[in-house]
Amino acid sequence: MAHTSHLLAQLLDLFAAGLLLLSFAMLSERRTQRLVTLFAWQGAVLFASTLLVAYSAALREVYYSAALTLILKVIVLPWILHRLIRRLGAEWDSELLVNVPVTMLLGLGLVIFAFGLAQPISTLAATITRNTLGIALAVILLAFLMMITRRKAVTQVIGFLAMENGLFFAATSATYGMPMVIELGIALDVLVGVLILGVFFFQIREQFDSLDLHHLETLKED
Amino acid sequence: MEIMLVLGLPFLGSLLLALVGARRFAAELNVGMSLATLVASAFLVVRVIKHGPILAVHEQFFVDSFNVFLVALTAFVGFTTAVFSRPYMRIEEHHGRVTSRRLRLYHSMYQLFMAAMFLALLTNNMGLLWVAMEAATLSTVLLVSLYRTRASLEAAWKYFILCGVGIAQALFGTILLYFAAEQHLGQKGMTALLWTHLNAVKGQLEPRVLGLAFVFLLVGYGTKVGLAPLHNWLPDAHAEGPTPVSAVLSGLLLNVALYAVVRCKVLVAGSIGTSLPNHMLMAFGLLSAVLGAFFLWRQKDIKRLFGYSSIEHMGIITFAFGVGGPVANFAALLHMTVHSLTKSSIFFTAGHASQAAGTQRMDDIRGMLSISPTIGWGLVLGSLAILGMPPFGVFASEFLVLTTAMRNDPWATPFLLVALGVAFAAIFSRVQPMVFGETSARPLPHSPALVPVFVHLAIVLVLGLYIPPALAEWYRAAAQLIG
Repeated sequence: MAHTSHLLAQLLDLFAAGLLLLSFAMLSERRTQRLVTLFAWQGAVLFASTLLVAYSAALREVYYSAALTLILKVIVLPWILHRLIRRLGAEWDSELLVNVPVTMLLGLGLVIFAFGLAQPISTLAATITRNTLGIALAVILLAFLMMITRRKAVTQVIGFLAMENGLFFAATSATYGMPMVIELGIALDVLVGVLILGVFFFQIREQFDSLDLHHLETLKED
Repeated sequence: MEIMLVLGLPFLGSLLLALVGARRFAAELNVGMSLATLVASAFLVVRVIKHGPILAVHEQFFVDSFNVFLVALTAFVGFTTAVFSRPYMRIEEHHGRVTSRRLRLYHSMYQLFMAAMFLALLTNNMGLLWVAMEAATLSTVLLVSLYRTRASLEAAWKYFILCGVGIAQALFGTILLYFAAEQHLGQKGMTALLWTHLNAVKGQLEPRVLGLAFVFLLVGYGTKVGLAPLHNWLPDAHAEGPTPVSAVLSGLLLNVALYAVVRCKVLVAGSIGTSLPNHMLMAFGLLSAVLGAFFLWRQKDIKRLFGYSSIEHMGIITFAFGVGGPVANFAALLHMTVHSLTKSSIFFTAGHASQAAGTQRMDDIRGMLSISPTIGWGLVLGSLAILGMPPFGVFASEFLVLTTAMRNDPWATPFLLVALGVAFAAIFSRVQPMVFGETSARPLPHSPALVPVFVHLAIVLVLGLYIPPALAEWYRAAAQLIG
């Protein structure tokens, strides 16, 4: 038994590392279509890790939330985003505000910071997943960095969703997931949010003929 | 039962208004549903006063003296804003700024927004609180961009992204809270996120985790309160959205977000036993008050001006909650009430003033008194009230905050005084020429509903002169609860 749980813990660490790697890949990816694919992969890893937690804890509710992840983050959201990008013709992100090497270095700094912050807490975790809280926080911060360094509206939204992935991972890794009602509520909010943004993209493009956010910098203090 | 009505009526209203669409009576239906909600909340208040705190539906909902007072305030301002919005939006339609199809969206979302706020206030579940706060953001994003102008789209985008990111931090904080609680309250039980249960065991919760959780919760919900330096969305959203939306954002949403912060603070303060959360509230509060006041000087747009004034006031309230203790909490609760009433009434008059002048630029709004004495006087009185002139209620609460600060944290008083002084000079010098003097503005095509303005200001005036014992008792009980 101890042997299997050790194995499970190692597998989970592997998934966590995969999540982090995908975050870095997203940080440097300039083509929006591929970014969505990476996001879907992140969802898939999240699904696998949630499944693993569900198996090790033998909790039915966690299986449900794994299913929810699969449907929402691997299938529905990427599908919506792909469609949006094709219809809006937003295949390329114009340029990064900060070049890739600098972004990577900043990302590394954030990862170290996240680990430092989570260190005292993860020792308290009773679950098999104690090392992963730092990674979850790092994924959140990297997604945040991506939102800051990008200009296209679509990319910012993908960053926003990646941040939500990190949060979800934190919830399953530190605890065995939030209660089901809450998870459903969160999923609903995310879905509605993306739909609203979809509507929003068309409004923005109608007004500005572009999804480049530097048009959206006129409301200044004066 | 009353809880279900308060939650269900606005939700039902939102569905009905989506179905009714652009028919003539949509605005009246909006008013009617808001009135029904107000009546239901009045029953809820009566019940809480009579029988004490209520737990309902498997403890998922919890009403005590702290949130019942905010429910009543929210229902009241929600109703008066609906009354104001009826002629206001008709004039906007007359001016061609909105189509009747968008009015359908507007009415439906208005009710949904109210429902989300009631859910946030009434729920006992910290996770559901988060979901409701996010729902409140989502339902207002499309309201901010209702006019589909470039500026309004930009404001709505900023609002969505900033509040979305902010509220994601709050979710992380909630997860940490759950993580700490789970060790005491058992995993997978729904109880581990219930505020009442957390409150009962707060002394045993792991202080390190709760400390970190509070940082995230404060930053997250604080973004929605409009605390500096996370306030950037607030003036844009207030200036570019329709005026009734500015009124409910400023008067209600900020309060609800602050309510969430205070609920978290109660838990965390009880757990870590130091005054760290208090100091953080004080720091954010002071920074917002001072920054908000200084930014007032640079404003040219009337609704932006009062948006910044909201930041300043939320700062003062947050500071007061940070000082803590019965008197400061009392002052903070009183200030929440009077700020909500005064600021929404100011937005009502400012909205009609800019409709008459055809612009929100303060340089072009002149001589409102000669167009409509009610708009002119409403603006003057509202501004005097918000600036804390006696005998209005804002004076009473600000005075209490100042004196408590002098006694407990004397270092903070100069900052507060500077903020109040700067805000006074900035707003007073702007409002005066807008009201008096010559004008080129035209009268409004529909007569505005300005009764709410004077009702609000009358209540604020009464609260400044005399707080009814029942209400004072109520505030005191809530202040005790916050600790």
